[in-house]
Amino acid sequence: METDAVKAAEPAAPAASPAPGGGEGPLLEVTGLRKYFPVHAGLMRRQVATVKAVDGVSFSVDRGRTLGLVGESGCGKTTTGRMIMRLEDPTAGSIRFEGREIATLRQSRLRPLRRDIQMIFQDPYSSLNPRKTVGSIVGAPFHLQDIKTEHGVKRAVQELLELVGLNPEHYNRYPHEFSGGQRQRIGIARTLALKPKLIVADEPVSALDVSIQAQVVNLLEDLQNELGLTYVVIAHDLSVVRHISDRVAVMYLGRIVEIADQADLYTRPKHPYTKALLSAVPVPDPAARDGRERIRLTGDVPSPLNPPPGCPFHPRCWKAQDRCKVEEPALADEAGGTPGHAVACHFPEPAPEAAPVP
Amino acid sequence: MSEPVKDTSGGSPFLDVRDLRIHFPTDDGLVRSVDGLSFTLERGRTLGIVGESGSGKSVTSLGILGLHHRRNARVSGEIWLDGKELVGADPDDVRRLRGRHMAMIFQDPLSSMHPFYTIGAQIIEAYRIHNAVSKKVARKHAIDMLGRVGIPTPDKRVDDYPHQFSGGMRQRAMIAMALSCDPELLIADEPTTALDVTVQAQILDLLRDLQREFDSAIIMITHDLGVVAELADDVLVMYGGRCVEYGAVDDMFHRPLHPYTWGLLGSMPRLDRARTERLMPVKGAPPSLINLPSGCAFHPRCAYADRTGGRSQTEVPELRVEPETTHRAACHLDVAERRRVWETEIGPKL
Ligand SMILES: Nc1ncnc2c1ncn2[C@@H]1O[C@H](COP(=O)(O)OP(=O)(O)OP(=O)(O)O)[C@@H](O)[C@H]1O
Ligand SMILES: Nc1ncnc2c1ncn2[C@@H]1O[C@H](COP(=O)(O)OP(=O)(O)OP(=O)(O)O)[C@@H](O)[C@H]1O
Ligand code: SF4
Ligand code: SF4
Ligand SMILES: [Mg+2]
Ligand SMILES: [Mg+2]
Repeated sequence: METDAVKAAEPAAPAASPAPGGGEGPLLEVTGLRKYFPVHAGLMRRQVATVKAVDGVSFSVDRGRTLGLVGESGCGKTTTGRMIMRLEDPTAGSIRFEGREIATLRQSRLRPLRRDIQMIFQDPYSSLNPRKTVGSIVGAPFHLQDIKTEHGVKRAVQELLELVGLNPEHYNRYPHEFSGGQRQRIGIARTLALKPKLIVADEPVSALDVSIQAQVVNLLEDLQNELGLTYVVIAHDLSVVRHISDRVAVMYLGRIVEIADQADLYTRPKHPYTKALLSAVPVPDPAARDGRERIRLTGDVPSPLNPPPGCPFHPRCWKAQDRCKVEEPALADEAGGTPGHAVACHFPEPAPEAAPVP
Repeated sequence: MSEPVKDTSGGSPFLDVRDLRIHFPTDDGLVRSVDGLSFTLERGRTLGIVGESGSGKSVTSLGILGLHHRRNARVSGEIWLDGKELVGADPDDVRRLRGRHMAMIFQDPLSSMHPFYTIGAQIIEAYRIHNAVSKKVARKHAIDMLGRVGIPTPDKRVDDYPHQFSGGMRQRAMIAMALSCDPELLIADEPTTALDVTVQAQILDLLRDLQREFDSAIIMITHDLGVVAELADDVLVMYGGRCVEYGAVDDMFHRPLHPYTWGLLGSMPRLDRARTERLMPVKGAPPSLINLPSGCAFHPRCAYADRTGGRSQTEVPELRVEPETTHRAACHLDVAERRRVWETEIGPKL
């Protein structure tokens, strides 16, 4: 049986030597990734258009590191995550995991990958089967991948429930009996069951109250330190992303418009859209209500059905020039800028005056 | 008889929730999701409800809208909306109030949208239940609303099915559906968590406009204390099915008087402060609503529980107006001591 092969590949010990083929390179390397969805309409459901959900995305994530992915809702973050998971077939582009090309791997060859790469979903409601108990939901990966546990699956599941801050007595309960936040923790427990190497977390904490959110963020960081996990974290909450990420990529309309180390991006944003995003973060201080400088984006929200020519941000950009309307800016490090801080803009924001070196 | 003038000070509040209890009998025991909640809300005002996940916020809002199955849920107490009592009312009467007078933006857009009907069809249907207009007019209205919540090319996407929308687009479609009837009471349950901050800002502006235009009362349930600080007039903090602190938004952020609220403020990563190495969550796990801890439900997690001479463990603290304020908190610890702790130990660290 096919399962034998899987069983033979025992869960890698946390501090295992670099995986074969992985070497010292990044754990995940994505190049020129694209996903186009057909749009159908009319009685015959003919294809009338194409949604360019992801349109040429490239980035890499080092082992044990966290990449934050932020941006406009509908800009293709979830679709990017689903392609990495191979839940969605890329239209074009390459995804290398531990140095191996997985973008073109046939579905039948994906099983080991399903263990190494796990996803925490955005919507804790639709991702849990309402007819299964919490025990069987969190235990399912053990059975699916036929994994042996030391003290039985039930015990392993209860440990996972405790790990994510749920009560082991919840084992026999059904998802509808839990609050949104509790359900998200069920999802995280299930994700951790197989000790994955890479976790794509799509809005992992947005359904949680700030206190449990802080617990989960700390939990994710602890698991990363202990197990050497690598994360791609998709989130709208820019303060959470700053806290958890080593690098941050900002997406707009299917593309990455800026990518940099966390501290660089937040203190020296170069893309006008990044600036607008940061200015729109609500400040938890009612006294700051009126005195804030918020960049309000005007103009039509762009559609991935017919993306504007040139720079995708130009219809809403207050700095747009004629050149922006015709020539798409490439994502590149700025000459003389911080290495590794890349921006796709013809007229990037100047860095603030360099602080005097003491 | 009093005039129907908009003098709210004398008359009864627009929304008046009194001692609301919502319990669910389950195999494991009675789940007391909401256990004695009272608050009021006037038209044109916004109440922010924050609190522990699982503390009964969504159950409360579904209760106000009369959406709990009478078979599964035991609802008691009173909910007065514009002079009408809803808990004891005929479910059909309550249903008629929904949509026209009160509407809800649900936390979970997928389960409140039908997967087999297009987004447009669902907004059109919702609109036509309460508005005698042709399909064509309703469709135009649907496209307008989708545009107002920031769906690009709404005339094309109106015929999409929910699964063809991204998470945030679904959320916006739902907001469009809820706002399409200009409700007097709008309950928004985590309306913007799935949205990026620029769209969030746009939705918050839209809610403010709606409020100004129609004098709507808004209940904003959210985990995002930033959103609360921006939008709410009053804030209610829930823990374990009860209200632990209730007051004006300024007091809540600048002079909070409940240890759980301190925990909330301390767990939040803030962009307006330097990045911290580690977040400081309230330690411990949320309480079981079947076996709520004795005394103050927060006591197993509270750092001050041993400073109350044992009362925290044995006596349920009452929600009391604190002296010289309009601010309410449910805590046994002496208020002067709490003020001191906030001013010297907690506040400066945030
Ligand atoms: N199956 C599909 N068919 C057609 N279009 C789709 C499909 N899945 C996604 N899309 C479209 O692709 C675009 C990107 O969607 P995606 O879910 O990746 O966005 P996102 O960045 O995750 O947004 P959000 O922050 O709102 O979750 C959207 O315009 C969406 O409508
Ligand atoms: N139908 C039900 N049967 C049993 N228990 C229920 C039911 N519905 C809700 N509960 C319980 O009631 C409590 C309150 O749930 P509610 O959904 O109101 O939480 P919440 O405050 O909205 O949390 P979140 O912030 O996570 O959305 C939870 O503990 C939940 O498990
Ligand atoms: S390229 Fe032009 S339009 Fe695009 S972000 Fe830069 S300045 Fe704005
Ligand atoms: S009553 Fe006691 S346990 Fe409850 S919040 Fe106050 S000090 Fe803490
Ligand atoms: Mg998404
Ligand atoms: Mg809820």
